[in-house]
Amino acid sequence: MKRFNPGRLILGLTVALIALWLLAPTIVVVPMSFADKKSLAFPPSGFSLKWYENFFTNPQWFNSFTTSLKVAVMVSVVATVIGTMAAIGIERMKSRTAGLIRMLLITPMVVPGVVLAVGVYAVYLTQGLVGTWTGYVLAHTLLAIPFVVIAVGANLAVFDQRLETAAASLGANRLTTFFTVTLPLIRPGILSGALFAFVTSFDEVIVSLFITSPQLKTLPVQIFSSMTRDADPTVAAVGSLIFLTTTLVIGLGLIFGTRKGRKS
Amino acid sequence: MTNAPTGSRKGAAIDIQACSKFYGNFTALDDVSLRVEPGEFMSFLGPSGSGKTTTLNLIAGFTDLSKGEIRLGERPISNVPAHKRNIGVVFQHYALFPHMTVAKNVAYPLRQRGVAKAERDRLVEGALAKVHLEKFAHRYPSELSGGQQQRVALARAMVFDPSVLLMDEPLGALDKKLREVLQLEIRRIHRELGSTFVYVTHDQEEALVLSDRIAVFNKGRIEQVGTGHQLYSNPQTLFVGQFIGESSILRGSHRVNGAETALDIGGTPISAPGTPKSDGAQVILLRPEDVAVQAPGTGAANGRGNVIQGTVREAIYLGSAMKYEVLLADGTPIVARTATQGEAFGIGAGIELAWKPEDGRLLTDDGSIGGH
Ligand SMILES: Nc1ncnc2c1ncn2[C@@H]1O[C@H](COP(=O)(O)OP(=O)(O)OP(=O)(O)O)[C@@H](O)[C@H]1O
Ligand SMILES: [Mg+2]
Repeated sequence: MKRFNPGRLILGLTVALIALWLLAPTIVVVPMSFADKKSLAFPPSGFSLKWYENFFTNPQWFNSFTTSLKVAVMVSVVATVIGTMAAIGIERMKSRTAGLIRMLLITPMVVPGVVLAVGVYAVYLTQGLVGTWTGYVLAHTLLAIPFVVIAVGANLAVFDQRLETAAASLGANRLTTFFTVTLPLIRPGILSGALFAFVTSFDEVIVSLFITSPQLKTLPVQIFSSMTRDADPTVAAVGSLIFLTTTLVIGLGLIFGTRKGRKS
Repeated sequence: MTNAPTGSRKGAAIDIQACSKFYGNFTALDDVSLRVEPGEFMSFLGPSGSGKTTTLNLIAGFTDLSKGEIRLGERPISNVPAHKRNIGVVFQHYALFPHMTVAKNVAYPLRQRGVAKAERDRLVEGALAKVHLEKFAHRYPSELSGGQQQRVALARAMVFDPSVLLMDEPLGALDKKLREVLQLEIRRIHRELGSTFVYVTHDQEEALVLSDRIAVFNKGRIEQVGTGHQLYSNPQTLFVGQFIGESSILRGSHRVNGAETALDIGGTPISAPGTPKSDGAQVILLRPEDVAVQAPGTGAANGRGNVIQGTVREAIYLGSAMKYEVLLADGTPIVARTATQGEAFGIGAGIELAWKPEDGRLLTDDGSIGGH
């Protein structure tokens, strides 16, 4: 049975090459983060942990990280609530207006970031929103809503609305029906929408560059300005940390998700 | 015949008064009036698109009335939202909550009514026992067969003791064998609960098995309401006569002779009691068991006054009876069913058909046959 199969070998090699191609840029960052000299050379000439230390102790770095985290959490909450409600409304309207509203909500995803950034900046200047929490949250929410609308909308499309009719016949009012029937069944869509919203905000750089201020910077802005100033391996340390965290989160999500999926 | 409730408590009456439902300029329901008595088992029977589901949805409160009024236990309910009507509904597509176990599904209406945990558990157990699903309480709907799912839906719809239970083709998705089993269970449950049942189906046999009375729907109207026997033996419209049971139709120009009307069938006068109920072409509807097949020349000798010549096109042995398909000279097909003892005729044989005038039903051809 175990005969040599050239087809399978070629297939295996191709897969390995593509995987390497996809992963290499990310993997390369990890050794660079342990560099001993202040350079982003690959491979690094020695080993040290000082760039990690710098990330946690240098307020410039650490504050921008917590800022990004806070903004992203707020954005994912606000965008998920608004986006979910919008998706439900659009699904229920089932008219041409609904299609228009949907298109309108999704535009931030297709409009070039710079165009949007210029527009946001112009408005923020007159409203005094540049470099403020509100400014970041509003702008990022705008960018995150399309992802929520799409994720929740896809889930709603397969949600059997007749279950709501059944709930009504069993004595549940609209609100109870939403929380006991609709919400649990579209939860996967809402959760992935929230995750997308979080990530959208957390690594948003274009709009943030425009509305940033020296007092309130997000992590991507800090990375960007650090890169343009000097080759600081702290960037690589940050990258490695984010890489590790996202891998853990997604890994846990997969394990948790499949276990839950088997049940229903 | 009747399926009278033995339960202690009676269901509520449903009074549908001159109800219409319009979708844009399409009339889904056209001035329908119907009273379902407390504890009665009423079936809505009719072809697809005739307005059965629409009527059910109006009673349940899932759609708004365009015109008319519906009373539940003498109380107008037009302004009562669906979730406050206290009506149990069983859907063709089950509509079980996929994220809840069987027990949670059945407990759902009790939770909405604030029933305490201990009482809730007791009622859920009782309802599941009624449908023989005690052992499945902790399964999810996706882990059940179609028949089991529909049983859960039934348990869920009756666990809160609604005075009215509506069912929209609940067995439509199941195979014939399972349907028959569940039909008997539904009958039993109806007797035990004593609630008013309204049951939608397009299967006339199912309607006959289950119901006290049947309302026959056609094109958004009710053609006739009555027991299965009344509908079969005394149809008021050609549609009802053709929809319930097997029948043959004779057409011809008519002439009224006092209390009788005669149709000219290719020169042979055929009479039926009664005078035309309304204008238009008149037809005579015959049931197969009323028509005798006899040798040519027998005539009205056996007390059967209507005699007409025909040719046997098909002769089918059914064990207890013979079924003949006979073509008249003008090409009209007539079905006759006779006892096997009598003389048998082969395909192609020239024969006589004979029946008593009072066994023919004179009806007006209102053009209701042949769909929309
Ligand atoms: N929401 C709606 N909008 C427009 N027309 C509708 C709507 N719901 C039902 N109708 C129409 O009303 C008519 C009656 O429909 P209904 O569902 O009551 O039929 P039915 O007797 O239950 O048929 P079936 O046996 O196929 O279930 C149909 O012609 C249908 O197309
Ligand atoms: Mg229907």
